[in-house]
Amino acid sequence: MGVGIQVENLNAWYGTNHTLQDINLHIPANHATALIGPSGCGKSTFVRCLNRMHETNPIGRATGTVKMGDLDIYKNASPVEIRRRVGMVFQRPNPFPTMSIYDNVVSGLKLNGFRNKRILDETVERSLKQAALWDEVKDDLKKKSGASLSGGQQQRMCIARALAVDPEVLLMDEPASALDPVSTSKIEDLIFQLKSQYTIVIVTHNMQQAARVAENTGFFLNGKMVEFDSTHKIFTNPRDKRTEDYITGRFG
Amino acid sequence: MSTQPSPMNFQSRTMRFNSLRRTAMNHLVSGLAILATVIVLAPLAAILFYLVYKGASSLNLAFFTQVPAPVGQPGGGMANSIIGSGVILLLASLMGIPVGISAGVYLAEFGRGKALGNAVRFTADVLNGVPSIVMGIAIYSLVVMPQKHFSALAGGIVLGIMMIPTVTRTTEEMLATVPHAVREAALGLGVPKWRTVLSVSLRTASPGIITGCMLAFARVAGETAPLLFTAFGNQFWSFKLNQPIAALPLQIFVYAISPYDEWHRLAWAGSLVLIVMIMVSVTLVRIYASRGVLKGGS
Repeated sequence: MGVGIQVENLNAWYGTNHTLQDINLHIPANHATALIGPSGCGKSTFVRCLNRMHETNPIGRATGTVKMGDLDIYKNASPVEIRRRVGMVFQRPNPFPTMSIYDNVVSGLKLNGFRNKRILDETVERSLKQAALWDEVKDDLKKKSGASLSGGQQQRMCIARALAVDPEVLLMDEPASALDPVSTSKIEDLIFQLKSQYTIVIVTHNMQQAARVAENTGFFLNGKMVEFDSTHKIFTNPRDKRTEDYITGRFG
Repeated sequence: MSTQPSPMNFQSRTMRFNSLRRTAMNHLVSGLAILATVIVLAPLAAILFYLVYKGASSLNLAFFTQVPAPVGQPGGGMANSIIGSGVILLLASLMGIPVGISAGVYLAEFGRGKALGNAVRFTADVLNGVPSIVMGIAIYSLVVMPQKHFSALAGGIVLGIMMIPTVTRTTEEMLATVPHAVREAALGLGVPKWRTVLSVSLRTASPGIITGCMLAFARVAGETAPLLFTAFGNQFWSFKLNQPIAALPLQIFVYAISPYDEWHRLAWAGSLVLIVMIMVSVTLVRIYASRGVLKGGS
């Protein structure tokens, strides 16, 4: 089951560039939350702060409190442990090029030393079914390299890979932006099904996509969160003028 | 009726002219590329052909089974040199490849932009440019002198050190070609950095790294100068690592500068065997490695 995320006074920097400024927000458990905003507004940095990937950049730095359930991820936790509980799907599909489909899906388990074949087999089947890819690849799980799949299939495989470690939160950084409309709609269907079991945070440039999949939406601009509300409210009756300007296409 | 060409006509004429020029240019550049390829391949083909022409006739069973015959006696072979080269190269690879790969990993994954990283990179480049005879003298005074005699071990050490810079720099360059997204995928799954480096970065870059190791191997396999002061050479069988050992390049050198025709022929045969050994070992490693990598298993 997913957990809720409480973000308090989150600030993030790249070098001297203050990318995120005083973000406060509650992301409810087992819902999909969309983050929208123009390029460079800090949405991606924000999700990367939620699994402490931001600090893997040598010049990345973050302060503030992020509580995942009861766990303060910036205080009493190791980044590696956090990332096992928070799955991430990136903008472009990033399969491990040397691994088969099977090994890609269970890489999170295998690379952490897990070897029980029966459980690995079960995990591969479960995650690929969750990611709606099982029927397309079940016959060549170990024969084909993960990189030999189409872009849309690769991205669903990456989702399966994230789900295989049984995370509580799934972060998706523009997961469909590199995909064609058919693959995009498959990913969206997937988000719709997965949000009953996981807390999903999805960054998107596509406002229709936010409206289709997410209960709540946050609007980011220049490193600040301008507005956070139910998706319906944001798209029909935003409080802030800047939100309205953005969603009506006046800038961005 | 006007005699002036219509704009349409004029345009199609220029286009035809351009297209002719483009085609001619295309043929010219392709021709130059083919010529360059031939120039590159010609020496290799010539060397191989000449070695076979000069050396093949002296190759027989004795060459591969016997030690060199004493002066004045016919026959004899280079069996001890072939095995000796194998021993020295094995020692060199066991020392040079792990150190070289580790240093390359440090440079690519941990030492980016750090003072130590830059120092290591600079040192590797300088080491690569040190003449092999200087390497031989250095190891002579550092290993052979304290030991008080020439040894297979000293030969292995000098060739191993000579392999390090090539292996280090190719490892670094090959790791740099692994997309950042692939590393992020592993880190994002909660895989620790050391494990990401070993199981993801190195594995993705392994075909290139293996090629680098093979280049380094092939380069030192034919080295003669550094072995003169270290392995020294041996006319008899020896498998002791702390004793002088025979090596193909040394034996070729001894035979080639001798005044006997018989020995000259053996030197050609030895050169042919050396080249074939290098080509075969490089090819075998490549085949084996590409199978292992493509299999995609754990």
